[in-house]
Amino acid sequence: MHIVDGALSNPVVIGGAIAAAGGIAVGLKSLDIDRIPTAGVLSASFFVASLIHVPIGPSSVHLILNGLAGLLLGWAAFPALFVGLLLQAVFFGFGGLTVLGVNTFNIAMPAVLAWMIFGRLIGRGSAVHGAIWGGLGGAFAIAATTLFVAVSLALTGDEFLPAAKLVFFAHIPVMVVEAVLTGFAVLLARKVKPELFLKGSSA
Amino acid sequence: MAHALEPKAKTLAEASSDAPYGVIGDLDPRVRVVMACVFAIATVALTTIPALMAALATAISLLMMSRLPIRRTLKRMAMMDSFIIFMLVLLPFTMPGEPMFSLFGFSASWQGLWKAIEIGLTANAVILTLMVLVGTMEPVTLGHALHKLRCPEVLVHLLMFTIRYIEVLREEYLRLRGAMKIRGFRPGTNWHTYRSFGYLVGMMLVRAIERSERILCAMKCRGFSGQLILLQEFRMTRRDHRFAILLGGVCVGLLLLDYL
Repeated sequence: MHIVDGALSNPVVIGGAIAAAGGIAVGLKSLDIDRIPTAGVLSASFFVASLIHVPIGPSSVHLILNGLAGLLLGWAAFPALFVGLLLQAVFFGFGGLTVLGVNTFNIAMPAVLAWMIFGRLIGRGSAVHGAIWGGLGGAFAIAATTLFVAVSLALTGDEFLPAAKLVFFAHIPVMVVEAVLTGFAVLLARKVKPELFLKGSSA
Repeated sequence: MAHALEPKAKTLAEASSDAPYGVIGDLDPRVRVVMACVFAIATVALTTIPALMAALATAISLLMMSRLPIRRTLKRMAMMDSFIIFMLVLLPFTMPGEPMFSLFGFSASWQGLWKAIEIGLTANAVILTLMVLVGTMEPVTLGHALHKLRCPEVLVHLLMFTIRYIEVLREEYLRLRGAMKIRGFRPGTNWHTYRSFGYLVGMMLVRAIERSERILCAMKCRGFSGQLILLQEFRMTRRDHRFAILLGGVCVGLLLLDYL
């Protein structure tokens, strides 16, 4: 899902950087002193969660969980996921530097959209009800991310279109896995700490 | 995307924490961050293969200067290549141009091949420089350097918290995984695995949030007011100026080489 340096055309890179900066600014505004530790610890836990490898058939995928990050953090998912991507690029060599903006936008915007669409629904009704909406949110976020990646490739040039399509279809199993995992994570959180999503939906 | 990070993967800086990073390690962190960005922007602007080769050569010579473990660093770089190799292999077949050869009725074009090589060289040169110049810093130093470079304070806070708690939460994750293993859990492609992993993630998040509440209380107790108190003072020396001018000169040279 990471796009690397040199693959995208300059307008796409610059556009992505501006959009990401805007999102980060909105996210930072929503973080008061009381929420900084929460966002920091959650950002770290999503970083760790992305190291979990889930088997699918003979292969395995690592989790992205941007949907869940959005559901818990709202707009603050922008800076939180940006920090995660920055650390990955600098210390693990994933992704790139000039494309950091595009990558942030592609992962964080779907998170925020998932929060806008599904955020309220998760806190309502029974725990199972919330979990189903959470699962849909998780799948939606991955689908939107792959779509955004595909669009950024397609905007760069037609020669990337087949690759973009391939990215989308290759991620369908990932969507399913993320949906199921997000659903169960929400189910557990609703049972163990019900106030979590009630607070999140009003924030 | 699969085998990117083994559970025990460490950052390059941790992997050999007592080794100083040669010439690079002594430079002012701010200079390293800024120059990494300058180099990245210059490299992305390059379009000819010789100039890109020169950029990669620059990155490799920076690696030599840094005394990073060379094999491990290159291996990490190769890991990134495994992500993009798919796209690069496809490119010759999807880009129109002079045909090179055809495979199962699809013809590969020279233009596509050159484009793929271009992307591969750019990506590797930039990421290698980033890892050498910035990745060799202590993560906390990176936070301080970004703060001095006028990054928003809240963002730096967030970065510092994330850095601080990644290790703590990873240990918690490994503890939970250990607990699952001891009860006979073996991951496979089945509902039980997905449910267990979902609960694992949920549990990690619930615990993380409860931890963050305790952290907030502890910090308020110590008078946290949202201000960063920096313990490190950075000073620019002549060496930093020399390095900045040198690498800046190389970037200009690369752009000239590209232009000619």
